[in-house]
Amino acid sequence: MTELAIRQEINSSAERVVRRFGDRVVLDHLDLTIAHEELVVLLGPSGCGKSTLLRLLAGLDRPDGGRIEVPTRRAVVFQADRLLPWQRVLRNVSLGLRGPDAINRARQALAEVGLDDREDAWPKQLSGGEAQRVALARALVSEPELVLLDEPFAALDAITRLRMHDLVRELRRKHHAAMLLVTHDVDEAIALADRIVVMSDGRIGTSHDVALSATDREASTAREQLRAALLADLGLALKH
Amino acid sequence: MTAVIDRPTELVTTDAPTRRRDVFVAADARAKGRLATARKRLAWPLGIYTTPVVILIVWEILALAKVLKPTYAPAPTSIASTAVDLWQRGVLGPDLEVSLRRAAIGLALGLTAGVITGILGGLLRTGEFLFNGVIQIFNTIPLLAVLPVMIVWFGIDEMPKVLVIAFGAFVPMYLNLFAAIRGVDQRLIEMARTTGAGTWRLVTRVLVPGALPGFLVGLRFSLAYSILGLVAAETINADKGLGFMITQGETYLQTNQVYVGLVIYSMLGLLADQLVRTLERVLLRWRPSFEAS
Repeated sequence: MTELAIRQEINSSAERVVRRFGDRVVLDHLDLTIAHEELVVLLGPSGCGKSTLLRLLAGLDRPDGGRIEVPTRRAVVFQADRLLPWQRVLRNVSLGLRGPDAINRARQALAEVGLDDREDAWPKQLSGGEAQRVALARALVSEPELVLLDEPFAALDAITRLRMHDLVRELRRKHHAAMLLVTHDVDEAIALADRIVVMSDGRIGTSHDVALSATDREASTAREQLRAALLADLGLALKH
Repeated sequence: MTAVIDRPTELVTTDAPTRRRDVFVAADARAKGRLATARKRLAWPLGIYTTPVVILIVWEILALAKVLKPTYAPAPTSIASTAVDLWQRGVLGPDLEVSLRRAAIGLALGLTAGVITGILGGLLRTGEFLFNGVIQIFNTIPLLAVLPVMIVWFGIDEMPKVLVIAFGAFVPMYLNLFAAIRGVDQRLIEMARTTGAGTWRLVTRVLVPGALPGFLVGLRFSLAYSILGLVAAETINADKGLGFMITQGETYLQTNQVYVGLVIYSMLGLLADQLVRTLERVLLRWRPSFEAS
């Protein structure tokens, strides 16, 4: 997609955003735009301000400077599932829904993440992967225009994480939302992103468009080159 | 995709002399002799009430053996027959009814006030400023010290007794409910906001159920303190009720009658505890709880 085309259909934008905690400047005049239906992966080491930016975009925090513009219909998937332990799965998904068809829509969303048979379970009865799938369903059920994912699969085991990546790709075909996924996992970034941006010193350092096919994302020379470039951006010496 | 899962149930002991190893097998696979089964059944036949029952039996035996004097501690069976006797003479029934009515009205007043102020204080900053200071001060006043003031204000009829019970129930309910609402996990509140749930949803689906465990703790304290208030109010000045019955027994050295009163008070306490336990079982089904082995 050309620069001009992206400009024409901006979903979300952050312009010269500043966020300080005491003396520490976490976001220093950061700029980021996300196009409609684009999946941007925000990559960076722990503590670089990724989550701070995501909270600002979610409206959970206010900037100290700059301007943020996001769709009103947005949803967040947090690192922990944050399910209400006192509500069954279905009621957790329908939490933000109104109207007579709320329950049906929640059922549909659960079916999309493959959990239609678990709607009556309590959150304590779910495995980590199932709980995170419920959190995904809860985010998508309101048909948001922007979904913010804050290291949503970081606490899952490697096999479950790969299944979740498949699920995210499948959900993107059905829902036409822009997504911002925060992660520190380079392989996760390559597996999912349309574009990978790397954070450094409170700003977006480099940006890589990822135009690889599904098979090329798993194994190809282009993939390895991208991986090496990302590791270099993160300040990691290339050892393999 | 097949996952290799480590199954501790299939571990087998080796004869390695130096290394100590643990072996875990399915619980029902363990060799269970008749002795072991019987022992399990005999261990705690009445659950948590095993100890009280054992104490009662020992007490009965000591009384029968004349180790305990009847004027000090009459045998449990003797207390029971006194209770039946008092009931048949029409003494116990009316006294019990009066006491229960006092407790019920006092509790209803105190819990209602505690729940309303607790919710307002927990949800609204204005509510917090309005109630918190006053009730924190109330909390430092011993329940029994309130009684004389109540008598000065309202005389010696039912009003001061009911109010002391209400006061005993009100303070712990407010304090626990306030703390419970403020203590609801901030991350869940934040999550609910991001789903687009409105204030009403937030209150009914997040804050109220999240505060339920604290509410039940408050209820437990409220019931306990209201029984304390009931005893105090009835013992110090009354012309009917359980406390009056006990004072009468004390005056005429009817130790049995005193014990009947004590037993009924303890029954009320047990009943209150059972009530809260049942509520916890029903309302807190969602909670992963610790079960001691």
